[in-house]
Amino acid sequence: MFMTNQNNAKRSRVFFEASARFVVLGAGVLVMGGLFGVALFLVLQGWPAITATSGLPRNAANLWELAAPLAFGSVWAATIALILAIPVALSCALALTEYLPKQLSTTLGAVIDVLAAIPSVVYGLWGIMVLAPMLAGPYGWMGQNLGWIPLFAGEPSATGRTILTAGLVLAVMIMPIMTAISREVFAQAPKELREASIALGATKWEMIRMVVLPYGRSGMISGAMLALGRALGETMAVAMVLSAVPGLISFELLTSSNPNTVAAFIAQNFPEAHGLEVSALIALGLALFVITFVVNGIARKISNQPSDDAKPGLLARVKNAFVATGVRA
Amino acid sequence: MGMIDFQEKSDLVSMPKVKTSRKVTDRVVKVVIIAFFGLALLPLISLLTTVITRGVGRFDPTFFSSSMRGVVGAGGGAVHAIWGTLLITGTALIISAPIGIAAAVYLVEYGRGKLAKLLTFLVDVMTGIPSIVAGLFAYAVFSIILGPGTRSGVAGSIALSLLMIPVVIRSSEEMLRLVPGEQREAAIALGSPKYRSIWRVILPAAAPGIVSGVMLGICRIIGETAPLLLVAGFTDSMNLNVFDGRMATLPVFIYSQWQNKGTDSVAYEGRAWSAALMLIGIVLIMNIAAKLIAARTQKVR
Amino acid sequence: MMTLTTTEKTTFTASKISVSNFSAYYGRFHAIKDINMVVEPRAVTALIGPSGCGKSTMLRSINRMHETLPGARVEGSIRLGAIDLYGADVDPVAVRERIGMVFQRPNPFPTMSIKENVLSGVRLQGNRIGKSDGDDLVEMSLRAANLWDSVKDQLAKGGASLSGGQQQRLCIARAIAVKPDVLLMDEPCSALDPISTAAIEELIANLRREYTVVIVTHNMQQAQRVSDTTAFFHIDGPGLPGRLVECGATTELFSNPKESATADYIAGRFG
Repeated sequence: MFMTNQNNAKRSRVFFEASARFVVLGAGVLVMGGLFGVALFLVLQGWPAITATSGLPRNAANLWELAAPLAFGSVWAATIALILAIPVALSCALALTEYLPKQLSTTLGAVIDVLAAIPSVVYGLWGIMVLAPMLAGPYGWMGQNLGWIPLFAGEPSATGRTILTAGLVLAVMIMPIMTAISREVFAQAPKELREASIALGATKWEMIRMVVLPYGRSGMISGAMLALGRALGETMAVAMVLSAVPGLISFELLTSSNPNTVAAFIAQNFPEAHGLEVSALIALGLALFVITFVVNGIARKISNQPSDDAKPGLLARVKNAFVATGVRA
Repeated sequence: MGMIDFQEKSDLVSMPKVKTSRKVTDRVVKVVIIAFFGLALLPLISLLTTVITRGVGRFDPTFFSSSMRGVVGAGGGAVHAIWGTLLITGTALIISAPIGIAAAVYLVEYGRGKLAKLLTFLVDVMTGIPSIVAGLFAYAVFSIILGPGTRSGVAGSIALSLLMIPVVIRSSEEMLRLVPGEQREAAIALGSPKYRSIWRVILPAAAPGIVSGVMLGICRIIGETAPLLLVAGFTDSMNLNVFDGRMATLPVFIYSQWQNKGTDSVAYEGRAWSAALMLIGIVLIMNIAAKLIAARTQKVR
Repeated sequence: MMTLTTTEKTTFTASKISVSNFSAYYGRFHAIKDINMVVEPRAVTALIGPSGCGKSTMLRSINRMHETLPGARVEGSIRLGAIDLYGADVDPVAVRERIGMVFQRPNPFPTMSIKENVLSGVRLQGNRIGKSDGDDLVEMSLRAANLWDSVKDQLAKGGASLSGGQQQRLCIARAIAVKPDVLLMDEPCSALDPISTAAIEELIANLRREYTVVIVTHNMQQAQRVSDTTAFFHIDGPGLPGRLVECGATTELFSNPKESATADYIAGRFG
């Protein structure tokens, strides 16, 4: 009879139901396994270099000697990029949400997003063939007149291929990420609070300072962290633009002797690497993976903190929406 | 009398004074913000004009019909790199789209509890993987399976999939969550098994958004250079077999043209800019198309 | 799932729904408690009561939709004829095949045409249907839903292009196209204008000839207009479970309520 006596139909349905579940769950597990696989394979292949004392690139005595200057270079270049990008990105976000008329802001917002879609190798090409030559002159002037500042000390590069140029290119690349995230959180600052502060006689800037910026604070920080992660991992633009000296640690911004970054070093040396050298490069990649993992984890932590209106995960949602728009984070 | 007059006046003068300084700050901030915004557009303008003006030079039939086999100096083209990009990206698409969409379906329709939370977290982490690490991963996997030093297109596709899957999952997830719960209830109340309501009702409703997400995923990977440099390598000749041998791609073509420019550097740079023009064209067109598709569906809803 | 023979179906059509000692929960929240009632076949039963009294939960429990919400569970039994709908060997999907539902807000499938919407139940249940059979079924269902004349020339258009009242009738056509025994309606007119409401009420009056109809409504006049039997649900206080206060012939319940809570409610003293 009805329902109870349809065992065949029920059995086939249960089978299909279970298979569907199995397939989508399988995909999820595959993705998770993939990520664990990344860590596992990098450890397996990088291990010989972690313990090695000879045969490493640059004749380094151990992996740490190889990695330390590179890690410094990565962090230094990313810091420069972040310092340059933050004011511009915040200005862009404020201009788009607060100052420009809606129609214009939609269009220009899309234009900023275009910056995020341009491949890094094209940035590299532009950086070395357009930006660097353009900056060589100003660098010379800065070296002459501002050389007493330690950051600008040393013989200015004639080609403009300095860590400052690399930082500038990185800043252009990460600016859209910060802009997009800040834009989203600024736009979500409650209308009532905006109106309340305007009604109290605040000017637009005071309203922004009182309402918009505090509301968007954790979003800005998390956007900056994501941008930092991106800058640390960026490879091609740095590899092409930077004129690096192996093993150097230096804060000087304008000279042609610059520290290299982890990612660029891997890309430049991998094609000709053999044996233990490959292991060493993979171990460096593992280190990069861990660093970006931590940086992104912090960004996620911040963005998941309940904001003032106790909406947990608001910024996580923002970030997801943002990743979903295809901007590379 | 005079005193009172003066005092009253000074009150009137001093009040607007405060106001003026606040107004000035307001103005200055506005100008600074708009100026920084204009500054942000400069690199884009410079980059696009350079790519177009220097790229059109070699945007000729030869560029799209010949490879670099045996070419030194002027001439030659990127047809081998164009094919390589199509094949490697296409393979990555075949790998990423089903896995990404299925994982998104799991998260939205089935995922409860710790496993789903873990997956969400790991997808978040994956969006931050540097592309060169993805390349090292693919290299490590293939060198363990096939021996060290092997290069192939499919290894590149695996590396790119690692970068594309999180984008596909995120955007598909977003789109599936936009399908109203009423649709699910309507299907279930009609006596539909869950899997069939997903297949016949929920996925069709989310389809345009998912397609647009997949297109954005392609945009994300089609310009990737570092991982392909590591695992797909570079060659001057055509290779249509993704499973065997080095394979050129447009981004790596750009890099190698710039890096290996000989005495006739203009010819090499011209090819690099043309390839950059083509790459940017593909990325921008796909980006705009994807956003139009997404915008249209949101209107329908 | 189409193995059912006609005789089996007819034995069933005349079956009444008996609810006994039934409780439903959302997580730790006890939504309805110890419900005992009988729904007569081929008649319209209205569930009324103030909001939050559990009338919708009761309705959704009849076709086992309640349990699709996370954390939801039930106790007690609901029988359709001799079959315990919550029996261990009963497939909830099969229950829903036989007990259709119409929701508060019209929810035609936006990706499907009017015709596909009507046939969607058949297809979602995994059955294939030939073209001419399909056309016949579409016409029959749309006629039964009083919609055929206004949409017969635009069957290929999207279901979302119709007006709200037409969409709701399309949803009714969709529900009856799979030939259920029981039709559950969860405040089907609350999102509609008065003219569409009148059309749906007229439709309900026709549907009772072939179907057992259970309708949730917050509108007492509507209950009086459309139903044969009325069940009044009520909560004794915030956080407490809803209970069935009384259930009886609609005319009797409204003219001569047995319980004072019912009398207060129909007199408009609360709710």
